[in-house]
Amino acid sequence: MRSPIRRSAQAAVAVATLSLAAACGGGFDDGAQQQESGSASLTMLIASSGDAETQAVQEQVDAYEQQSGNTVEVQVAADLSQELAQGFAGGNPPDVFYLDASRLADQADAGNLFPYVDQVDDADDFYPNLLDAFTYQGTQYCLPKDFSTLALEINDAAWSAAGLTEADYPTTWDQLASVAQRLTTGGQTGLVVNATRDRVGAFMVEGGGWFLSEDGSEVTADSPENLEALQYLQTNLQSGSFSFPGDVDAGDGVEALGTGKAAMTIEGNWLVGGMANDYPDVGYTVVPLPEGPGGPGTLSFTNCLAVASDSDAQDAAVDLATYLTGGDAMTALTQDTGVLPSRQSLADAYLEQFPEREAYIAGADYAQGPVNAPGVEPVLQDFDSQLGSVETGDPAEILQSTQTNLEQAIGG
Amino acid sequence: MTAAPAPAGGLRTRPLRGSGAPGASRAGQGRAGWAFATPQAVLIGLFVLIPILMAFWVSLTDWRGRGSPFSGSVGFVGFDNYAAILTEPGLARQDFMTALRNNAWYVLLVVPLQTAIALGLALVLNSRIRAKGFFRTAFYFPTVTSSVAISLVFIFLFTGGGAVNALLGVFGIDGPNWFSDSRGLLHLVGDGLGLWDSANPPAALTSGGPAGLTWWDWLSGPSIALAALILLVVWTSAGGYMLMFLAALQDVPADVREAAVMDGANRWQRFRAVTLPALRPTLFLVTTLGLIGTWQVFDQVYLISQGNPAKTTLTPAYLSYTSAFEVGQWGRAAAMSFVLFAIIVVLTTLQRFLMRDKDAAAERKAARAAARRRTSTTFFHADR
Repeated sequence: MRSPIRRSAQAAVAVATLSLAAACGGGFDDGAQQQESGSASLTMLIASSGDAETQAVQEQVDAYEQQSGNTVEVQVAADLSQELAQGFAGGNPPDVFYLDASRLADQADAGNLFPYVDQVDDADDFYPNLLDAFTYQGTQYCLPKDFSTLALEINDAAWSAAGLTEADYPTTWDQLASVAQRLTTGGQTGLVVNATRDRVGAFMVEGGGWFLSEDGSEVTADSPENLEALQYLQTNLQSGSFSFPGDVDAGDGVEALGTGKAAMTIEGNWLVGGMANDYPDVGYTVVPLPEGPGGPGTLSFTNCLAVASDSDAQDAAVDLATYLTGGDAMTALTQDTGVLPSRQSLADAYLEQFPEREAYIAGADYAQGPVNAPGVEPVLQDFDSQLGSVETGDPAEILQSTQTNLEQAIGG
Repeated sequence: MTAAPAPAGGLRTRPLRGSGAPGASRAGQGRAGWAFATPQAVLIGLFVLIPILMAFWVSLTDWRGRGSPFSGSVGFVGFDNYAAILTEPGLARQDFMTALRNNAWYVLLVVPLQTAIALGLALVLNSRIRAKGFFRTAFYFPTVTSSVAISLVFIFLFTGGGAVNALLGVFGIDGPNWFSDSRGLLHLVGDGLGLWDSANPPAALTSGGPAGLTWWDWLSGPSIALAALILLVVWTSAGGYMLMFLAALQDVPADVREAAVMDGANRWQRFRAVTLPALRPTLFLVTTLGLIGTWQVFDQVYLISQGNPAKTTLTPAYLSYTSAFEVGQWGRAAAMSFVLFAIIVVLTTLQRFLMRDKDAAAERKAARAAARRRTSTTFFHADR
């Protein structure tokens, strides 16, 4: 009876060794070998809101192929972060890819990004605080392809039904609270805003606070400014004139505004496309977010065209990224997609075309980007989940736990 | 079976293959056996064993998802990732424990419910009713439908103004906005019975508790959002398990059932003493599969709630996914899945122990005792 057992053990070892050899035969440690000369073939991974946007990108890429002689394969990701993760883990990432500003620090910290902004001549044409959003530890990594900011959107019919006029558009927190109260009637809530840092964070900025200090070195979540912002939110939630979408049975602010469940909402310029598609008959007006005790404030959301450090055709990849963020391509790419051009020189032409989007563009000068530090995503998700119960909870406690968790995440 | 004469005197007859010496033929058989088993063994090794070992290695490193986890630049951190989710106070442990709590309540409700409903449906379908085929298809249908489609339908059914609340409204009940309601069911039940006030929970429960969550948190019960997921999963999976019970029910020996009838056993006694014991292997299979499946719940969470509201639908599998693919903490994510694996193994073993055939175990024990007695007073060895 001894030998079969020994033999099965030998067999198991043999199988394991064989499989390991097969699995690792490719060799994981191949360095990125640069393609020497001639035309390069690139892959670009993008996220797209739909066929129209994909088509617009493809047209610009076609133009680039014509001009450069390189070939570019555009891949549309269903789940961008997941597909990127696969690319990095396999050592074969896309050469150029969309990267959200909130993910920059994690990717830069892991060494996945090739910084190329220093190779670009006219980087100063981009809004400085957008470039800051793609700067990690003093290095500017990539160029923003466009951006969005938050503003206050008002349902015109509800506004006039409450006897309000253009002169009443709120410019301070007090005015916002009072018009929200006047607009709250029956099935309509004054202001519906998502319970996330990406909306409520605007109140924190207006209050003069934020999660991190300006240079990103210090955690400032538990500050009197942030507390005032959350208390302002809490008071108005309790009085019923503010609401979270879930409480009025809406998916987000756009849906709440479109269906008349909200008289006002705080969303970004993507709302324009959403309203045109789903609620074309609802008239609305966009105004800048009201100022808080800390002055004007809004949040910016932006994607850059990042180049992978493991790309085997880095020069060509940088060339493509620069081309697509150039003035001509950007003008074309921000035509119908609802996003704003990230070059300051394009703002005037854009506003001539879309004057109603002025409030969004106006926010670019003072907009706060996402929290720019690695490993903070779980903490901010936790903040979001606590925000959901801020109406009955203790704002100070929320900020204290966020402070502790952020310090732990950034320190460790 | 039928033609073979019983070996006389308890002597075993060895089947003879080939004409060579018995030892050589055995070795030949062994080689042939391995030859046949090798492709499968290689496949299992390549696609199951090696990846598991690789994942275990990842759980011991601080790999950030770039390049190979086996390259020299990846730091070995020992059991730090396990410590972060199990012992060190902090957000990571709090999230993981919240996920475990949610999943424990989920398992506690889904497994008994789906097993009982599957058994009930199978019993009904095994009796003499009309349109058996129709009902069998109808009950089985949710199981073969894509969970994506079902999840989408449930999102619409359970919105604040959805069909479920409209139905509740007929009875004068003002239904909640299911998928955005984070209140715990046990908390609500306690409120209803006047045991406590959820807005102002008893200090004895909120002051402390194991593993970073307070007793109040552990005992919240599933949130209303999770309860809606539980309804979805029970409805989806009961039909599949029903089919297993149905197959087993058709194997319950008719003569035993008849004998029970002759003995004057009533319907309940026949079910309790004849049908249920005959179903024991299937019951074990269904609860085991249910236990394993429910601890790994992912797709419904991914599609419907993404862990919201207030993390009450967060599950270890989903948390592991987001930790890896969205946050880039691959080591911690791998550690989570190994803890989950350990939980499933322990619980399945425990369940196996609880559901063991007690009669058979007692018989074996008695036989062993008898054998011991016999060896002490041996006088006859027919076999050796």
